[in-house]
Amino acid sequence: MPTADDFRVRQEPFYQPQDKEIELYEAAYAARLPVMLKGPTGCGKSRCVEHMAWKLGKPLITVACNEDMTAADLVGRFLLDAGGTRWQDGPLTLAARLGAICYLDEIVEARQDTLVVIHPLTDHRRTLPLDKKGELVAAHPDFQLVISYNPGYQSLVKDLKQSTKQRFAAFQFDYPNSALETAIVCSETGIAADLAGRLVELAQAGRRLKGHGLDEGISTRLIVYAARLIGQGSAPAEACRMAMVRPITDDPDIIDSLDHAIGAIFG
Amino acid sequence: MAVPGIRQVADARQRLMANPEAQAAWATLDCGFASVADVFDDCYAAAKQALTDDELPAFIETTRRLGKLGRGAEPPLAFLEGWPRVVATIPQNEALPLLLETIDELQKSPNGPALTPLLQTLGGVAERLRSALALEHYLRLARDLAARTSGSIHGRQVTQASPALPEFLRVAPQLLALVPLAGVRRWLEDGIRLSGDHPERLREYFALRSPESRALLQQQRAGTLFADVERRLALSQQSLWQDDSRLIPYSTAFVDQVQQPYLAADGMRLPDVLEKRAGVSGSDRYRAMLAHLSGHRRWSTPLVADNWSPLQRLSVEAFEDARIDALIVHRYPGLRRILLALHPIPAAGACDPARENTLRHRLTRLSRACIDRDYRDPAPLIDEFAGRFAALQAGGNASTRAMAELALAYATRSRLPSDQFAQVHFAETEVDYRDDNRHLWTFIETGDEEESFTPPPRAAEPEASGLPPRHYPEWDAASQSYRPDWVAVYEALHPAGRAADIDALLARHAVLARRLKRLLDLVKPQARVRERYRENGSELDLDVAIDALVDWQSGRLPEARIEISQRTAGRDISVLLLLDLSQSLNATLPGSGQRVLDTAREAVALLAWAIDQLGDACAIAGFHSNTRHEVRYHHLKGFSEAWDDTVKARLAAVEAGWSTRMGAALRHGGRLLAARRSEKRLLLVLTDGEPADIDVSDPDYLLADTRQAVSELAASGIDCFCLSLDPKADAYVAQIFGRRWRVLDRIEQLPEQLPLIYLNLTR
Ligand SMILES: Nc1ncnc2c1ncn2[C@@H]1O[C@H](COP(=O)(O)OP(=O)(O)OP(=O)(O)O)[C@@H](O)[C@H]1O
Ligand SMILES: [Mg+2]
Repeated sequence: MPTADDFRVRQEPFYQPQDKEIELYEAAYAARLPVMLKGPTGCGKSRCVEHMAWKLGKPLITVACNEDMTAADLVGRFLLDAGGTRWQDGPLTLAARLGAICYLDEIVEARQDTLVVIHPLTDHRRTLPLDKKGELVAAHPDFQLVISYNPGYQSLVKDLKQSTKQRFAAFQFDYPNSALETAIVCSETGIAADLAGRLVELAQAGRRLKGHGLDEGISTRLIVYAARLIGQGSAPAEACRMAMVRPITDDPDIIDSLDHAIGAIFG
Repeated sequence: MAVPGIRQVADARQRLMANPEAQAAWATLDCGFASVADVFDDCYAAAKQALTDDELPAFIETTRRLGKLGRGAEPPLAFLEGWPRVVATIPQNEALPLLLETIDELQKSPNGPALTPLLQTLGGVAERLRSALALEHYLRLARDLAARTSGSIHGRQVTQASPALPEFLRVAPQLLALVPLAGVRRWLEDGIRLSGDHPERLREYFALRSPESRALLQQQRAGTLFADVERRLALSQQSLWQDDSRLIPYSTAFVDQVQQPYLAADGMRLPDVLEKRAGVSGSDRYRAMLAHLSGHRRWSTPLVADNWSPLQRLSVEAFEDARIDALIVHRYPGLRRILLALHPIPAAGACDPARENTLRHRLTRLSRACIDRDYRDPAPLIDEFAGRFAALQAGGNASTRAMAELALAYATRSRLPSDQFAQVHFAETEVDYRDDNRHLWTFIETGDEEESFTPPPRAAEPEASGLPPRHYPEWDAASQSYRPDWVAVYEALHPAGRAADIDALLARHAVLARRLKRLLDLVKPQARVRERYRENGSELDLDVAIDALVDWQSGRLPEARIEISQRTAGRDISVLLLLDLSQSLNATLPGSGQRVLDTAREAVALLAWAIDQLGDACAIAGFHSNTRHEVRYHHLKGFSEAWDDTVKARLAAVEAGWSTRMGAALRHGGRLLAARRSEKRLLLVLTDGEPADIDVSDPDYLLADTRQAVSELAASGIDCFCLSLDPKADAYVAQIFGRRWRVLDRIEQLPEQLPLIYLNLTR
C-alpha cells in the first residue's frame, strides 16, 4: 500500500507567481475548495500545482486525463491474482484516503460521463462511493481536488459540463508579461537575460498570429525548450526554428513570417 | 415573345424591364440590340451593387455611347458586364476618363474592333492592377502597341488594324497574373522587335501561342511579385509591428526613377515587384520597406510644413529617417544587416560641389553615418552631426521635433552656393526602402478633407409572399435594455437555381474532396462510443468480467453481459451554418475574378457534403437586412432535409445584397437550433464584416447587440463560432464571439478551410 510519503514533493519546484495566485490558492486550500486552473497550454498551470503541493507540504497525485479513461481508472478496480481477486485503489481514491492533492491534468480530454465520479468529492459530501466494492470512502481532511482546463481548445465538443464546472473555484492563467516570462526562462535554464528576453519577444510575435491561422500561441514551455537547446550549444536562430516555430504550425506562410521574425530578432 | 409565323420586328427599345428605375435607365440607353436587352436587367442590378447613385448616370451614358459606335452589340454588352468589376477596385471617377480617352483613340483608328476585347477583359485586368495609375499605364501600353503594329500603306496613313492588339487584350489578365506591368512592357517590346511587321507572327506572339513568347514571359518573372508574398508580409506586419494596415501594390511599369513606397489613407503602398538587390531578397526588401513605414507610423509625429524651406525639409527627412532606422534596429537588431546592405555608401569624393548640387549626396552620407557605427565620414561637419545624432539617441531625447531642430542647425551650417544648382548629383543617394515621407508634413493652407463614402440607400422591395415576420428584441447597450419587438425577420424558402451548378463546383474541387474524405475517415472512428454490458460485444470488458468473477466466487449471481462493443454513430451534433449574404460578398477577389460569394458558395457546398458524410444534422441558412423592418432569413437546408438536388438548387441560386444585421439572424437561427435535442448544438457564422445596417449609424450598437445575442444563445446551450473573412476583424470579432472565432486571411482558401474548421470544432 503506497503511503503519503511516496507522493511528497521533496524539492521546491521553481514557480514564478504572476499575480496573487499563491495567496489565493492557499486560501482555497484552507477552505478545501476544489480548484480549476484555466489557461493556454504550457503557461505554468501544472508547475503551479506542484509548487503549491510543496509549499503546503501535501502529497501530490497527478493524473493525465485521456479519452479512453474510464471511471475505474480513477476510482479503482478489482484485479486478479493468485488467491482470487484483490481491490486496487485508483489514484483518486488513493488521494482521498491519503489526504493528497489530486491533480487531474487536461481534464477536458476525459469523457464527460467518466467525470461525474468526481462530483461527490467536490461538494459538501467529500466522499467517494466505490460501488463495486460497496465502500464509501470519506475523504481525508487534507484531500483537495485540482483540475486543469484549457478553454482555448478549438473544439466545442470537448468542453466541461456546467454541472462539473460549477464545483470549482477557478484561476485564470495566461502567458506572463515579458519581464516575468524572461525571468522564468532564465531561472529554468540559466541562459542570459538578454537572450531569454529575445526568445520571449519571438514568442510574443507568434502569439499575435493567433486566430490568423494559429490556434494556440507559442507557449512558455516552448520558450524553455528553445533555451535548453541553446544551453546545449545550438545557435539561437536554429533552436527557435526547431522548438518554437516548427512544432506549432505547418502553414508555410506563417512559418516564413516567423522565420523572418527570428531573423529580425536574432540577426 | 416571338409569335410563330410573324417575323419579329419589335424594337428592343420597347422591352419591359424589372422595375421603373431600370426601365428609365434602359430608355436613356436608347439601344436597339436585343442581346443587350436580354441581359440589361441583371447587369443593371449588378451595377447598382457596385456603383453609387452618382456614378450610375455616367455608367449608363458610356454604355449608350458604346452602343452608338456602329460596332454592334458587343462593346456595350462587354462594358455593361465588366465595368462593375473595374469599379470594385478602382474608383469610377479615376478609371472612366482613362477608358474614354482610349475608346476615342481606338475608335478613330482602324483598331476600333479591338474595343470589344479591351472591354471584355478590363474587369480582370483592373483586379490585377488595383490602382488608377496602373490602369493608365496599361492603357498606354495597349495604345502604344496599337500604334507600333498597325500597318500603313505608302507610309502615309494608318489603314490596317494591328494584328497584335486584340490578341494582347484577350490574354492581358493572364499576363498580369504572371508578371508585373513592367515585365509585360518588356515582353511587349521583345514581341514587337522579334515579329517585325509580320502579321501572323505578331498574332502568334501576342496570343501567347508561340514558344518564344512564353519563354520570354517567363524571363520577366524575375523578382518577387507582391501578389505572391502578400499574405506573408501581412503576417509579418501583424506579428512584428502589430499593424494590420492594408497593403496595396503600385505599378512600376513606366517609372524610370524608383518610386518610393508611401503611406496612404487606405493602406501602405508598395511596388508590385522587387528584385533581389545587394544580397537582400525581394521579400526581405518588402519587409524592410514595411519596417520603415511601420516605424514612422509608430514613432513619427507630423510637422507643419509651411514654415520650412524645401532644403530644410530634405534635411529634416534625412535625420528623421535615420532616427526611425535606428529605432528599428534597436527593436529588431537582425534587421540591421538588411538595412545597411540596402543603404548606399556614397563615396565622399564622387562629386564636385563646385560644379554640381551635392546636397542629396551629403545628406545620404550623413544618414549613413547616423545609422552605421562603422562608417566615419571624412567631412568634419557630417561627423559632428552624426555624433550629435547619436548623443540624442543615447539620451533618449530623439523625437521628431528634436530631429527637426538638429536638421535646422545642420542645414544652416552645411549650406553651399551649389545647393541652388539645377544639376543634382543623384548617383548613390537613393535609400530605396524608405518611403516618401508624405505623412511627415501637414499643410495648413490646403484642407484636404476626405470625402466620406456612404453606400447608396437601396429601395426596399417589400414582398408580399412568404410567412409573416417574426419579431425579435434588440439590445441597446447605451440604456442596457432590450428594445422589444424591434426587428422583423422574414423567413422564406430560398428560390431554386440549378443543382447541377453545385455538382460542377464540387467536381472542380474533386482533389480537395478526396483529401477531405481521408480526414473524415479519420474522424469517424474517433467518435466511437463504448457500449458496455453486451452479451455479444467485440471484446471482453475486463472490469465487468472481474466483477462477475468476484460475484461468482462469493456465491452471488454473476453478470452475464461482460462484453463491450463500440458504436461509431457517436456524434450527436446539430449544426446550423449561417451565411452572411450582405452586399459586400459581391466584391471580387483579386486575380481570379471570382466573387467572394462564389467562393463562399463553393465552401458551403463542400462543407455540406462533408457534414453529410459524417452524418451530423445540419441546416443552412443565409441572411441579410435592409433596416430593422426587413431582415431576410433564407432557408437553404433544413435539419431534416437531405443534401440532395433540392437543397443544392437553392444554394446555387443564392445572391448577395443589403446589410448585416447579425443579432436578429442569430436569434432566429438560434430559435430553430434550440429545438434540436442534440448533445452539441453549434451555430457557425460565415461573414465578411462586422454587423451593420443602414438605419444604424453607431457602429457599436449592432456590435453590442450581436454580442448579446451570442450570450443569449450560450445561455440556452448553443455554441456560436464565427469564421470571418474580414482582415480587420481582430478589432471587433473577439468582442462578439469571445474566443470562438477565426479570421481567414486568404479567402481563396475558404473551400478548404471551412470543412477543416468544422472538423476541428467537432473533433
Ligand atoms: N510561472 C512559472 N514559473 C516557473 N516556470 C514556469 C512558469 N510558467 C511556465 N513555466 C515553464 O513552462 C513549462 C510548462 O509549464 P506547465 O507544464 O506548468 O504548463 P501547463 O500550463 O500545465 O501546460 P499544459 O496545459 O500543456 O499542461 C514549465 O515546465 C516551466 O518550465
Ligand atoms: Mg500541464
